[in-house]
Amino acid sequence: MPNLASPWLEKQRHLIDFTLASLGRRKTKNLGLLVAYALLVFVLASLALFTNALRTEATFVLAGSPEVILQRMVAGRHDLIPPGYLDKIGRIRGVQKKEGRLWGYYYDPVVNANYTFMARPAEEVASGTIMVGATLARARGLAAGNVISFRSYSGKLFAFKVASALSPDSELLSADLVLLSEADFRAFFEYPAGHYTDIALSVANPLEVRNIAAKLAEALPDSRPILREEVLRTYQSVFDWREGIVLTVLSGAILAFVILAWEKASGLSAEEKREIGILKAIGWETGDVIRMKLWEGLLISLTAFLLGFVGAYIHVFHFGAPIFEPVLKGWAVLYPRFTLVPAVDGLQIATLFFFTVFPYTAAVLVPIWRAAITDPDAVMR
Amino acid sequence: MIELSNIKKAFNQGKPNEYWALNGIDLTLEAGKVTAFRGPSGSGKTTLLTLVGCLSRPTSGRVRFRGEDISGLPERFLTEIRRQSFGFIFQQLNLIKGLSALENVILPGFPTGRPRAELVASASQLFAQLKLEHRLHAKVEWLSGGEQQRVAIARALINNPQVIIADEPTANLDTALSREFMAILESFTAAGKTVLLTSHDPLVVESSAVHRVVGIRDGKLTDD
Repeated sequence: MPNLASPWLEKQRHLIDFTLASLGRRKTKNLGLLVAYALLVFVLASLALFTNALRTEATFVLAGSPEVILQRMVAGRHDLIPPGYLDKIGRIRGVQKKEGRLWGYYYDPVVNANYTFMARPAEEVASGTIMVGATLARARGLAAGNVISFRSYSGKLFAFKVASALSPDSELLSADLVLLSEADFRAFFEYPAGHYTDIALSVANPLEVRNIAAKLAEALPDSRPILREEVLRTYQSVFDWREGIVLTVLSGAILAFVILAWEKASGLSAEEKREIGILKAIGWETGDVIRMKLWEGLLISLTAFLLGFVGAYIHVFHFGAPIFEPVLKGWAVLYPRFTLVPAVDGLQIATLFFFTVFPYTAAVLVPIWRAAITDPDAVMR
Repeated sequence: MIELSNIKKAFNQGKPNEYWALNGIDLTLEAGKVTAFRGPSGSGKTTLLTLVGCLSRPTSGRVRFRGEDISGLPERFLTEIRRQSFGFIFQQLNLIKGLSALENVILPGFPTGRPRAELVASASQLFAQLKLEHRLHAKVEWLSGGEQQRVAIARALINNPQVIIADEPTANLDTALSREFMAILESFTAAGKTVLLTSHDPLVVESSAVHRVVGIRDGKLTDD
């Protein structure tokens, strides 16, 4: 059967064949580099994927949260909302719904963790029962029907029956949550009737949220309206900050890799220079040699990038990023366990690609070009 | 076939260690003949071969190949002439370690874009002629000195060049292998190829296979 491939295509095939053979001939060195390179991409991609997925998760979970939360400040600190505030808010135009919320923190010495107690209407949680976050349930080994006791700040012991554990879908935000009835909450924290921790509001027109917040601040000068977008931004800043901390800690390792890769890429061994001389002497063009070495650099960097990225994807979305979880989730003691929905940011991948594959390939090219343009007569000497 | 006119070649020109390897060489080399360059180390033999074989350019003077002045051609054209018309057998053989004998031999064929199957067929034929077919897939570093040299010869012939350039081809061979090489050399001329070689070895320069011996000393021709 006649070979229909053009000489140009055949030549490229030969170059790739020779490149693969060259990589195989220096397999220890190249494998070492590939592992270090892939590991770096893995770490950076894991961080990027994990923080991005957390941001997406937070956005998703917070989508159902109130548009505005109103807190009362006394001497710069968060204080209880006294009776009468709900009525005043009800008179502000544009406020669609208002709800006084009751919540507080409880330190559990058994697991050295803080829980968030929150009151819910009696139709959701019956008196004497609680609903607990999935993380908390795991930490204390709780299941529906179990009874758990908490000692209040005044020293009284309260026993609650666990009605159910909350859905793991919202575990990012409900990890340490304990839901109980309003009456139980007020009794446990000794909250006076008519007082609330804060007020959750929804507005008729979402575009008017900022105006409503301004009206609230004007009508109730001792209050602080917190917008949902601000909460989301805070979450994102926290994840960004944590990502930055991890990157700083890892910067030593990253720098070590950069030096290793630069050293490998920018310097040619005497053997490699000799080989380039031989190839040129036997009829390879300067362009052929450069293309061959370019293939070599691209194969290493692309393979490392793919291995590192796929490894990071599996690490984050299949195993839940066990390596970075403690740093990036950052719940004091109770780490929420939840399956992250795969969320990949194209710009992040492009940035990672640009800062890993591109510099390596460029670093490979410069010395090769220098070696490849020299006269090949050196091999005769 | 090849004409050299007033060829001069300097190394490290303009530097304190400037060195003139060739000092005005005028020479015409005939096609289909074996020409041996004889001279002591450092006389300029190898430099002359690199200029003829388009591996480097003269500092001044002209090199004509088949009537065309090639001394001022850009690198790309020199490479093409080198690939199509010259085959090299280096003193140090310069085989690429880690590759098999076959892979080394077909390397000069890669830039031509000839299909691999065709290159392998040509190489197999050369291995058979050189009685090396049983070592086709052996890594070159596992071969004996004589076998390695035959691999280098096969590599020089894979693109079917008109001119074979051999630099001190018997320098690392014993007498028996040197005689074997001279027999191969005769087969080249029988096939109509031009051979240019350098040697100190009397076995080579006094061989009946060599048609012409040119002496060089201090970068100048001494006898012809």
